[in-house]
Amino acid sequence: MNIYVLMKKTFDTEEKIQVSGGAIEQDGAEFIINPYDEYAIEEAINIRDEHGGEVTVVTVGDEDSEQQLRTALAMGADKATLINIEDDVEDGDQYTTSTILATYLKDQEVDLILAGNVAIDQASGQVGPRVADQLDIPYVTTITGITIDGEQVNIEKDVEGDVEKVQTSLPLLVTCQQGLNEPRYPSLPGIMKAKKKPLEELELDDLDLDEDDVEAKTETTDVFLPPEKEAGKVLEGEIDDQVKELVSLLRTEAKVL
Amino acid sequence: MSTILAFAEARDGELRNVSFETIAAAKQINEDAQVVGVVLSDQKTEALADEMIHHGADRALVVEHADLKEYTSDAYTQAAMAVINEENPAGIVMGHTSAGKDLSPRLASKLDSGLVSDITGIEGSGDDTEFVRPIYSGKAFEKKKLTDGVTFVTVRPNNIAPLEKDTSRSGEVSSLDVDIKDLRTVIQEVIRKASEGVDLSEANIIVAGGRGVKSEEGFEPLYELADELGAAVGASRGACDAGYCDYSLQIGQTGKVVTPDLYIAVGISGAIQHLAGMSNSKVIVAINKDAEANIFNVADYGIVGDLFDVIPKLTEEIKALKV
Repeated sequence: MNIYVLMKKTFDTEEKIQVSGGAIEQDGAEFIINPYDEYAIEEAINIRDEHGGEVTVVTVGDEDSEQQLRTALAMGADKATLINIEDDVEDGDQYTTSTILATYLKDQEVDLILAGNVAIDQASGQVGPRVADQLDIPYVTTITGITIDGEQVNIEKDVEGDVEKVQTSLPLLVTCQQGLNEPRYPSLPGIMKAKKKPLEELELDDLDLDEDDVEAKTETTDVFLPPEKEAGKVLEGEIDDQVKELVSLLRTEAKVL
Repeated sequence: MSTILAFAEARDGELRNVSFETIAAAKQINEDAQVVGVVLSDQKTEALADEMIHHGADRALVVEHADLKEYTSDAYTQAAMAVINEENPAGIVMGHTSAGKDLSPRLASKLDSGLVSDITGIEGSGDDTEFVRPIYSGKAFEKKKLTDGVTFVTVRPNNIAPLEKDTSRSGEVSSLDVDIKDLRTVIQEVIRKASEGVDLSEANIIVAGGRGVKSEEGFEPLYELADELGAAVGASRGACDAGYCDYSLQIGQTGKVVTPDLYIAVGISGAIQHLAGMSNSKVIVAINKDAEANIFNVADYGIVGDLFDVIPKLTEEIKALKV
C-alpha cells in the first residue's frame, strides 16, 4: 500500500508568540511536527506494518523543514519529500499549499493519504479537503479509528463528541483527530536509521508549477496580540462567604449570570 | 444586487444557533446585499427556512433530500453546489462547525476561491471587508482579506451576535430539486456521546476540570454545577490524559478553542497550552488549591480552596438563585 502523510512544522506549543512588523516573530522559536500530524504519521506506520507498503511524508516548507521530516523518518516513515518554496512563494495560503501538494500527489500512485485535521498555528483545516477535491478522491475528516480490509475502509469519525461509523473505500484521504493513537517517540536506532533514509527535495519548477499557479487567494493585512489579560480579584474569607461573594460579583459586576 | 448565502445548520430537525450568526455576518459584510438563507436537510425545511427569515434572511432556498439526513461531504457538496450555481453568490457564510469545517474547503476548491476559516470578527464592508481570526489557538489574531473568488468565510460559533428574531418578517421560500448520486462515504451508525449536555463550542458557560479533579468520579460535582448553570463541561489535557474524561472535552491548543461568556476553571493549573484555548473567554473564574497557580493570572475572580468543598457550595448557591 502506498501511504502518504501530509505534514507541517509548527511552533512548539510552549512558545510565547511575539509580533513584530505585522508578522509573527519566527527567530529563535522552537519548531515541532504539528501535533495532529503526529497522529497521522503514527497511524500510517501502523497501517504499513499491518498491510505492507511504504510511508512517504511530504511537507511544503523551507530548508529547515528537513528537521521535522527526519523526525518522522526516525519514527518509522520510509521516505520523505520536501517541497521547498522558500525562494518562490512569499505569501502563500491554503490554496497555495493544497495546489502544490495535489500537483505532487497526482504523479504518485496513492492508496491512502493521512493528514492532521488542523495545524495548531493557522488552524484553517482547509488543506486536507482541498487536496482530496483536487485529486477527486473521497475524504473523511477528524477520524479517531480506521481499519482497512482490501479496498474497503471502516472509519470512526469524531463529530463534536459523537462518533460516526463511516464506510468508504481506497483511494482515500483522512484527517486525524486526537484519540486516534498515541504517537511514538523516535528511538535511538530509529534516529540513526533516519539519517540514511531517502529525502527528496523539490521546488515548484520540478512540479511544472509557476508562482502564478499557486498565488494566494487571501491576504493577511495585520497580525496582532490580544489585549493582555489583567489578573483579577482573588477572594478572601471563609469559603462559604467567598462563594456567596463570587455569585454576587458574577451577577452584578460581570453580569454573566 | 449582490447575493450572500448564509448556510443554516440543522441538527435533528432543529436549527443550531450558529445558523443565525451566519445571517448577521452576511449583513455585516454587505448591508445592501440580499441575504439568502440556505437550508439543506431531510425534513422540515420550510419551517426552518421561515426561521432563517425571522432572523434576518431576505429570502430562503431549501434543498430537501433523504440523503441530507446526516452530513456527508459528497451529498452536501452536491446540494450546496447546486444552490451556488443557482444563485451565483458574491459571498458565502457557514458555521465553523464539524460540518462547516469539512464542507467549506471542498466548495472553495470547486469554486477556485479563497476561504477565510474560523472568523470571530468582521471589520469594514464590501470589497474592503477584513476578517479577524485567531491564530496559534488564540495566542494571536490576524486580519485577512479575500483577493480571489467569492467572499467565503466560516464563522466561529458564539462570536458574531445574531440579529433579533422577528416573527413578523416574511420572505420568499423556494425549493431546489437536486439529484444526489455517487456517494462514496456511507454513515452506518452514529453513536451519540455528546448529546446529553450542551455543545462545548456553542456553550455560553463552561465548567472545566483539570488534574486537580483527581478522578472520573471527581467530575460529578462539576456536572452537577454545569446542570444548574445550563453549562457545558470541558477539561484540560491533563485531565484527559489521566483518563478522567473523553478527549472530546479537551480545551486548549490541541483540543477545542472556546470563548464562552463565563469560564469556570476548576483544579486547572493553567498551562500555556490550556490558556490558549480559553483565555479569550469574557469572564474567567479560577478555583484552585494552589494560590500560585498560573490560572489566577488570567482569572477575573479567583477562589483559593479545595474544589470538592467549593463546587458543591457554588452549586447550592446557584440553585438558591432560582428559588
